[in-house]
Amino acid sequence: MYPSRFQYEAPTTLAEAIAILAANDDAKVLAGGQSLIPMMKLRFASPATLVDINNIPGLDFHGADADGTYRIGALCRHAHLEKSTTLAEHQPLLASCAPLVADPIVRTRGTFVGSVCHADPQGDWASCMVALDGSITAVGPNGKRSIPVKEFVAGPFTTVLAKDEIAIEGVIAPAKGTRAGGYLKLERRVGDFATAGVAIALDMSGGVVTNAGIGLTGVGAQTVDAADAAAALIGSSLDPDAIEQAATLAAEVSKPRSDHRGSASYKRHIVSTFVTRILGNVQRAEMQVA
Amino acid sequence: MTSLFEEVPVSIDGDIPTTRVEVKVNGERRAAEIEPRLLLAHLLRNGFKLTGTHTGCDTTNCGACTVLLDGEPVKSCTVFAVQANGHEVTTVEGLASSEQLHPVQEGFKDEHGLQCGFCTPGMMLSAVALLNENDNPTEDEVRWALSGNLCRCTGYQNIVKAVIWAGAKMRGEA
Repeated sequence: MYPSRFQYEAPTTLAEAIAILAANDDAKVLAGGQSLIPMMKLRFASPATLVDINNIPGLDFHGADADGTYRIGALCRHAHLEKSTTLAEHQPLLASCAPLVADPIVRTRGTFVGSVCHADPQGDWASCMVALDGSITAVGPNGKRSIPVKEFVAGPFTTVLAKDEIAIEGVIAPAKGTRAGGYLKLERRVGDFATAGVAIALDMSGGVVTNAGIGLTGVGAQTVDAADAAAALIGSSLDPDAIEQAATLAAEVSKPRSDHRGSASYKRHIVSTFVTRILGNVQRAEMQVA
Repeated sequence: MTSLFEEVPVSIDGDIPTTRVEVKVNGERRAAEIEPRLLLAHLLRNGFKLTGTHTGCDTTNCGACTVLLDGEPVKSCTVFAVQANGHEVTTVEGLASSEQLHPVQEGFKDEHGLQCGFCTPGMMLSAVALLNENDNPTEDEVRWALSGNLCRCTGYQNIVKAVIWAGAKMRGEA
């Protein structure tokens, strides 16, 4: 399969890339290409111009600032996060998600920021960023702006990025206490879209939840922000009642469709089970520390 | 231009824009004048006549087209050839020297790691990438590393054995 013809640009600076985007009406940024290229081959996407950002230095990074703010650059591949020695220490949710994204070969190429920008309701990283209340830094002709991920995604495969803006990093605020959480995904085989996935991010202080977020994968027309379920956890010490309430609320807010991966009620059941399981794991780990 | 690629030197007629790429393939510098939409798999197979790289599903699922790009496994049906410009590509043809098979190839032979052989080049390149990082993987680690490569014949058992055999060989234990 061949994509439609396109003009290929490989700028070596962000300014150059932004200028190309500004000058072309139907241009698309190419980072890892692991979602975009398949879509172009199937002609679901036929951009007139591709702006390959792989030759722009300074975008391949991830790590924590001195204040604990965590940044992931636009050319940081899934595999870099999977093999990171520091990610688990700062961001346990992201560390548990990294090995579950796509398959090992796709992970060497695909990028974290690209995945969020792709805005696929099946995207694992978007759920994590919703749970962590993360943001995307975009750069355009008028400089930088920070966009919370919850506002960044306008709908399936659609973001609020302007045509001359490039997402250069994902940013996660420092923890209020100790960060905990995890990601679970049910997939029929490695690399398949999720039947359902659950991302939970918690900040814990003295065994009590001080901050919580829950993002759900593949159970709605876009990534689901289970805000009520997360709110039910704040102030709790992850006792069974709090966990059950969060699991029930998360299942209620999910809007899955019945398909070949399972019925809607089955997917809701998976959401509830995964919420219970992730929170149980965090609670047991807390007990061991205490 | 009748096809999407022509090896240089060639004069391209018409106004279809093309780009010159230089790629180091299996240690040898190759150049081609290509349309940007040409996929790496097709440059290798049709342009450079290296047909060891197979295209299976053409939808980023099966991993038969896996090659190493600067040492990292990639699905060459999901990388534009133009993106390999200035980089190094290793295909299955680059594993053996004229006298010596690569330990992974020996392993697949010794442990019967293939039946129809269609997935084998991709399997072997994923295995090489794994063993270059860790020449003593557990069975789980091998299965994990190969989970992006599909095989419809073997049930994977002998493929896993072949990779473990190759690891032992690379450590000097086989």
